[in-house]
Amino acid sequence: MISLRARAITSIGLLATVLAVFVHAAVAQDNPNAFNRLMKPPSERNAPPESDGIHDPTADGTLMLQPPQESFAGLPKSRSGNYVNWSKAIENELVAPRSDIHNPDAQAIVFDLNIVREVKGSMPDVVYPHKQHTQWLDCSNCHPAIFIPMKGANQISMASILMGEKCGVCHGKVAFPVSECRRCHSKPKPVDQP
Amino acid sequence: MKLRLSALLLVAITGAAMLAFNSAPQQAQAEYADVVLNEYSEDAGMRPVVFPHWFHRIRFRCKVCHGDLGFEFKAGGNDINMVKIIDGQYCGACHDGDVAWSIENCELCHSGMPGTPTQVHHSTVSQLAGTLREAAEAAEAAEKETEE
Repeated sequence: MISLRARAITSIGLLATVLAVFVHAAVAQDNPNAFNRLMKPPSERNAPPESDGIHDPTADGTLMLQPPQESFAGLPKSRSGNYVNWSKAIENELVAPRSDIHNPDAQAIVFDLNIVREVKGSMPDVVYPHKQHTQWLDCSNCHPAIFIPMKGANQISMASILMGEKCGVCHGKVAFPVSECRRCHSKPKPVDQP
Repeated sequence: MKLRLSALLLVAITGAAMLAFNSAPQQAQAEYADVVLNEYSEDAGMRPVVFPHWFHRIRFRCKVCHGDLGFEFKAGGNDINMVKIIDGQYCGACHDGDVAWSIENCELCHSGMPGTPTQVHHSTVSQLAGTLREAAEAAEAAEKETEE
């Protein structure tokens, strides 16, 4: 005759075991020949705070925070970063971030000037659009500390960007990362060039 | 009877342990650009701060914090403490109960996993640094092995 307490313990134990097996199967990485072994599966993108690994799920505040997926549902997609195309989102007024803390009607000073940077090697030249940047930033965020506002005065390399300098102050940290080559390297070289 | 109970207990404990182990995140799935700030928090007995860039950029352009409020473009590069926040600097410029909720909501910011260092999540720099560190550790281990 098993006591009621023992039965309760058994039930909890069995339930936990079944659940554990289920959870384990769901996250199984056991197949050595699985597709996209090193890639983050779409199911793991934009995790809610309680399971994102940096929020403490036992903190009361964690459960009050907004899950990113809820916010991103109506925003244009991209292939990396937050998987949100923020430039498109602000351009199409799907987000309307304020330019001033207190005045919601303050307008950003947008400066529409493209800078073409000819690059070495086979990659297409870089077109730097001031417009998309000044929708978010002030001139003084970049000039003159990060970029000297003078043609030819700035040495930029992919190595320095990867190390978090120049464009890498934002790109690869908060703005789209360098894996999106073509968003910058967008101007084909002249066809007559060898 | 006693033996049976012990066996049942064992099943229960194993099951619970497996569940706890499996449901723990395998690695950080933090949102791109989430910043963890732990310069002072844990030393002062609070959980680290998690700053979600994505949530804030929907509401404010970068220049508001990184220009008007003087936030440097560097995680841990701003010497922020609660006194400054209460006096309206840094986070306190908005988190004053007027523009955004006030500082009595400690856990909305201090909700980080204990032991998480100051960092920008998924930054290329940290990933490269991680790769370099791993390579250096592997090289060191290999060197030790050849010595032995």
